[in-house]
Amino acid sequence: MSVQLDEQGRLQHFLTTEGLSSTLLTQILDTAESFFGVIDKSVKKVPLLRGRTVINLFFESSTRTRTTFELAAKRLSADVLNVDVGTTTVKGESLLDMLQNLQAMQADMFVIRHSASGAAEFFASHVNPGVAVLNAGDGWHAHPTQAMLDAFTIRRHKGDFEPLRIAIVGDIRHSRVARSQIHAFNGLGAGEVRVVAPATLLPTDIESLGVQVYTDLSAGLRDADVVIALRLQRERMQGALLPSEAEYFRHYGLTESRLSSAKPDAIVMHPGPINRGVEIDSALADGPRSVILEQVTNGIAVRMAVMAMVLGTQAEAAGDSA
Amino acid sequence: MSRLLISQGRILDPASGYDEIGDVAIADGRIVDLGSSIGDFSPERTIDAKGLWVIPGLIDLSARLREPGATRKADIASEARAAAAAGITTLVMPPDTQPVIDMASVVDLIQHRAEGANAARVVPLGALTQGLLGEHLAGAAALAAAGCPALSDGGQPVQDTLVLRRALEYAKTFGLPCLLTPLDTHLAQGCLNEGATATRLGLPGVPVAAETAGLGRQLPVAEVSGARVHFGRLSSEAGVRLLDQAKQHHPELSADVAIHQLFLTEQDAVGYDTRFHVQPPLRSIFDRQALRQALKAGTIGIICSDHQPHEPDAKEGPFANTAAGASGLDTLLSLILRLVEEEVIDLLPALATVTSKPAELLGLESGRLAAGAVADIAVIDPHQPWWCTPKALKSRGKNSPFLGWELNGRALWTFVGGRPVHTASADR
Repeated sequence: MSVQLDEQGRLQHFLTTEGLSSTLLTQILDTAESFFGVIDKSVKKVPLLRGRTVINLFFESSTRTRTTFELAAKRLSADVLNVDVGTTTVKGESLLDMLQNLQAMQADMFVIRHSASGAAEFFASHVNPGVAVLNAGDGWHAHPTQAMLDAFTIRRHKGDFEPLRIAIVGDIRHSRVARSQIHAFNGLGAGEVRVVAPATLLPTDIESLGVQVYTDLSAGLRDADVVIALRLQRERMQGALLPSEAEYFRHYGLTESRLSSAKPDAIVMHPGPINRGVEIDSALADGPRSVILEQVTNGIAVRMAVMAMVLGTQAEAAGDSA
Repeated sequence: MSRLLISQGRILDPASGYDEIGDVAIADGRIVDLGSSIGDFSPERTIDAKGLWVIPGLIDLSARLREPGATRKADIASEARAAAAAGITTLVMPPDTQPVIDMASVVDLIQHRAEGANAARVVPLGALTQGLLGEHLAGAAALAAAGCPALSDGGQPVQDTLVLRRALEYAKTFGLPCLLTPLDTHLAQGCLNEGATATRLGLPGVPVAAETAGLGRQLPVAEVSGARVHFGRLSSEAGVRLLDQAKQHHPELSADVAIHQLFLTEQDAVGYDTRFHVQPPLRSIFDRQALRQALKAGTIGIICSDHQPHEPDAKEGPFANTAAGASGLDTLLSLILRLVEEEVIDLLPALATVTSKPAELLGLESGRLAAGAVADIAVIDPHQPWWCTPKALKSRGKNSPFLGWELNGRALWTFVGGRPVHTASADR
């Protein structure tokens, strides 16, 4: 989706990892690396976004993502406003009305999470010039900052992407995280990206996104350098997708022993929040291979990077036109 | 009533294959004579159709007019006038209004409103079951007497095959053809063709199997009932293949396609542009090709606009959250001509898909140009270019997926029963 790039190919919104060049993806990771130092300092602030207003607009609940976006904005010295909109309160007011009202409050950036695929694109195509949109998750479509913080975490542990085999395990069908990861890892030149799930949790023609498809867990994990477990939403048990959590865990739950086919130094990741004993065993999640908590910390640096890049582009564009 | 002469146009009658320059003489709402050398006729009014085409007014087999029940989107008068301006003289209206067309009184109301519009004719289809709920038979005899030429499931397939069988048998009793929607609704929980595009966009897909499973269930029921069955809005290659096989034993089976399926594909939805949110969904380029071939081969005999006007708010929002359907009246004629231009189908068969074929299905008097026929006629300039812009659309629904296209062909005069219901000559 080109709406996120300006005419010079710079990020003016961040909506998806699809179609981004390896140069741009690497630039995000490098920028995040430069902010990583800031987080470790005792005074954890840089004045890059002083005087700017960031509105976190969450139509779906979230703790981790919203909090790390908030922290990232604050560490860049921005003013942050959190607007939690339960889907029921939206009734009567259209998305567009809400957006226009919030824009009237002179926001510079919206961080948006919404249950509908394409919602972030919708907002980005309706905001005023100079206002940026960051996608914090839209339906099943994309969660690009999650994918970039995962890529950041992988790079810190494994270095170059080229030789890596990365296995994503779980509910691929309903996962915006998986889609964004696939595009990001492929864009960064990963050697092989695999998805592992029962057929009910695989979307049609997922191979077309550039992945190897496995329905058998141990085959899917063989010689993997990175294993990513996805959260299995409890509500998926209501329909005809899976018989039970127990059966899912027996065949697709990550445990130490099932990980034996992966490389000995394979790292284990999870975007959170974890369902212990459903998609991942506690011992593994808390064990030495797990980098799950690191992912959370890295999320701040990556979100700072994206915010700085996007508002940098918007500011330059405003300067150009002035 | 006035005596009218349409002089020296190219007369195209798909029903008879007639294609000659000549005159059409109209009196008392009917064509009294036509051809290159007509008998003595003293017109009160003559229209010079030199360089123009004289064709039967179009019959659009599926157009939602949104009245009664959803007049914030459109109404009978607005859409009947838009139709007339687009060379359409008959709008066939599915029964899924609010209230549903399952009683004569609703038919009467619609006809009353349509008469007031003094534009295109409106032909309501009766509901196959009461409230389209698929449980109890609707009063087919009363609906037929009130003016419904056929019954329809209104886009909501009858789930219970026994109810479907009885409904078809009952319709057959009164000589009513039945228009069915080939769809398995359980499989159809989505908003775009299931496949790589929907997967990329993170949109729930509707597999082709939703159509073939629907057909697979309905075809044997249609056969056992012996009713005259027509399938609406085919969208896939596999669907076409199933129908083609069934037609070998039951050549009376028929089907139609929405015009947008012949031009657009799932790829058009890549930017989440909600104008491309339609049901059945836009499918792959192979499906589009198969639909075009089915048209040429005659497996699909009818094209409709599948007109579904919406107010702007209904299409404003993330793709899956918006209302499905495209506004189609204004572009129907031009797109039919474009099929000919693109050599998908020859001119007379192309015109037949929107004139004689739907007339034949519903037993309508219109849809042909012949002595004695009812004078529902469009005089068109097939080459007149126009930009499809919201302003150019006469329908209240501006949700056309063809906005931005340059199209050719406009109706300059439209006559319903010999009465002019549209004149664009001032614009010429």
